[in-house]
Amino acid sequence: MNKGKTFTRRTMLKGTAIAGAAMAAPTVFTRGAWAQDFRNDPGDSSTVTLGFNVPQTGPYAEEGKDELRAYQLAVKHLNGEGDGGLLNTMKPLSLKGNGILGKKVEYVTGDTQTKSDAARASAKRMIERDGVVMVTGGSSSGVAVAVQSLCQEMGVIFMAGLTHANDTTGKDRRRYGFRHFFNAHMSAAALGPVLEAEMGKERRSYMLTADYNWGWSVEGSMTEVTEKIGWETVNQVRTPLGAGDFSQYITPVLDSGADVLVLIHYGKDMVDSLTQAVQFGLRDKQVNGKDFQVVVPLYSRLMAQGAGKNVAGIYGSTNWHWSLQDEGTQAFVKSFGQEYGFPPSQAAHTCYVQALLYANAVEATGTFYPVEVIKFLEGFEFDGMGNGPTLYRAEDHQCFKPVLVVKGNENPTSQFDLLEVVNEVPTEQITYPHDLYAGDLGPYEV
Amino acid sequence: MDALLLQLLNGLDKGAAYALIALGLTLVFGTLGVVNFAHGALFMLGAFVAVSVNELLTFSKRVKDESVTFFDAYKEQPYLEIWLGDFGSAIIDWSVPIAILAAIPIMLLIGLAMERGLIRHFYKRSHAEQILVTFGLAIVIGEIVKATFGANPIPQSAPEIVSGAAPVGALFGLSEALVYPWWRLVYLFSSLAIIGGVFAFLQFTTYGMVVRAGMADRETVGLLGINIERRFTIVFGIAAIVAGVAGVMYTPILPPDYNLGMNFLVLSFVVVVVGGMGSLPGAVAAGFLLGVVQSFASMGAVKEIVPGIDQIIIYLIAVAILLTRPRGLLGRKGVME
Repeated sequence: MNKGKTFTRRTMLKGTAIAGAAMAAPTVFTRGAWAQDFRNDPGDSSTVTLGFNVPQTGPYAEEGKDELRAYQLAVKHLNGEGDGGLLNTMKPLSLKGNGILGKKVEYVTGDTQTKSDAARASAKRMIERDGVVMVTGGSSSGVAVAVQSLCQEMGVIFMAGLTHANDTTGKDRRRYGFRHFFNAHMSAAALGPVLEAEMGKERRSYMLTADYNWGWSVEGSMTEVTEKIGWETVNQVRTPLGAGDFSQYITPVLDSGADVLVLIHYGKDMVDSLTQAVQFGLRDKQVNGKDFQVVVPLYSRLMAQGAGKNVAGIYGSTNWHWSLQDEGTQAFVKSFGQEYGFPPSQAAHTCYVQALLYANAVEATGTFYPVEVIKFLEGFEFDGMGNGPTLYRAEDHQCFKPVLVVKGNENPTSQFDLLEVVNEVPTEQITYPHDLYAGDLGPYEV
Repeated sequence: MDALLLQLLNGLDKGAAYALIALGLTLVFGTLGVVNFAHGALFMLGAFVAVSVNELLTFSKRVKDESVTFFDAYKEQPYLEIWLGDFGSAIIDWSVPIAILAAIPIMLLIGLAMERGLIRHFYKRSHAEQILVTFGLAIVIGEIVKATFGANPIPQSAPEIVSGAAPVGALFGLSEALVYPWWRLVYLFSSLAIIGGVFAFLQFTTYGMVVRAGMADRETVGLLGINIERRFTIVFGIAAIVAGVAGVMYTPILPPDYNLGMNFLVLSFVVVVVGGMGSLPGAVAAGFLLGVVQSFASMGAVKEIVPGIDQIIIYLIAVAILLTRPRGLLGRKGVME
């Protein structure tokens, strides 16, 4: 036997130690120096991928489709195609219309199915398989909260689309999650004075609530505000999401002695329940000597379109509406309208703005490193995006800007003129302390 | 009192849908001995006959919308309105009743094709295999509809004349406030008429008598020289029509999507089991019973005592009835045992 060539335990151990040291060496020397070893770093690639995770099926599918249209338009504008949209009006602006940091923007899409587990699976796939640097989308607070915490765990920024529950930037706020859309608290604060002026102090309300975090949130905020005016809450009934036929929940309203129905449904559910409420004659009813009223705290043009003439005269609130006259709104509506032949919904608007805000933050900081991007967005003040001066509050990642109180238009002048803006409620009136809904953002580094 | 009456009407409405589907299921089971899991798909296909008829009637031309100045907007103007004016609009308004007429021959053809093309090959197989093949068929039909019409519900509206609420209270000398949507009343009474029609057909016609005889003793009827198989095929076609027409009429109440059949199928099986396998009156009675119970369970006062009861009440009742009457309400000895 040739002793010299025997592979002993000792040489084996030495070899392992050297190999181990060699493998560890690059990170030992570079990790601290660059501090930018982050997930899905596009590096030298000439493209960067964003993940658009929207409901393409389920009760919020119509909103989801419009969100996707907005994202596709945003990608066009970021890459310097089309008329540039809000890139022409946004202030301050770092974007140059040549992609993000010179990289062409590409995207992948996913279907959340309006279900938290499907949304998480879809977001995870985007992050792990498609290598996206940012996930964005909606439209359900259940989904937003679930995806937001996944993104926090995985160290990828989540720019929430349409999500209206207080939880998203309240108890479930996350360092990696940002919300441009308004929330239930702001809706109630904006609606309160208008409801008091239009319907008086003595009303009895009946609430039908979508049974998940968004519904509970709006129910809580609306109850607080209406009871402060002097209204009495007759009943609060929770209904399953996507029930389709709400008639068995509407019939008890007729005989409850209530004279206001607060319909805390969204998307297709709202179209179904409002249509059924009107079929049951609620709008023509007189109770306690007053006209029966319906309030839809979160309104949208898409829903108004679905419910047709049933929305006439019904009050609610929105984050934004295409008929606003400011420069940003007009630029966006023109751009979106030319592309698709109809005006954008509020869901489309918030999603488009979120995509631009993320891209702008990356461009301004000069890196895709999420920690730097987060620090830039925290406390960021901007204008020219359709809502007037807006602040991204650092403490809870919630945007603060005026809120619109709207009413179903009784005399529409065009097929899209379905909602009439009754009041543009100033930011001061809807602002609340960041610790009103206690939550913890979590760490920057994950 | 008014609330209870409304809830009762509402429950009868829901029950009518369950009863119509369960009736067809029981007919097929009683005659052909097949547990047809594709029966819900027939209800859904009926609903999509309504969608197709509506799309056909509203086939549109794109015209520029001058009222929008921000950008180039377009409106869809149906050709029927362009050619026939108000009469065209009226035809479109009546698309659901027109779809009911269209659904009768279409559903008959679909039913016959389904029975002759697939299901008859499985008569001699075990129930498990029949369930597998019909369930598979239901999935295939659902996916075809999804691929053709998309995954989202497509709302249909009842004719303008029956789209409002009927002053039920005033009609019966009760409270003025008591109203109920016209279309739901139309739906309820039409369902009762269809159920009555099916029973009358079986009870008072020679054809029906032979079918009933075949249900009781297939072999003897065959020995008498009657082609009972052909009659049973027709019965399958009738069951398909009943499910399809129920589907069409349900569209103004609930916008249909490809999954509609599955949602109703599960409930309908519960209805059949509660009513008693193979018993037609049992299926109808259980359909209405469960509809009404589900409706009452959704009342605020009830939900306050047991939260979420509206979601599970039907299954609770099924458990209770099967524990006390294992053959179901009107089930006979020797059927499916």
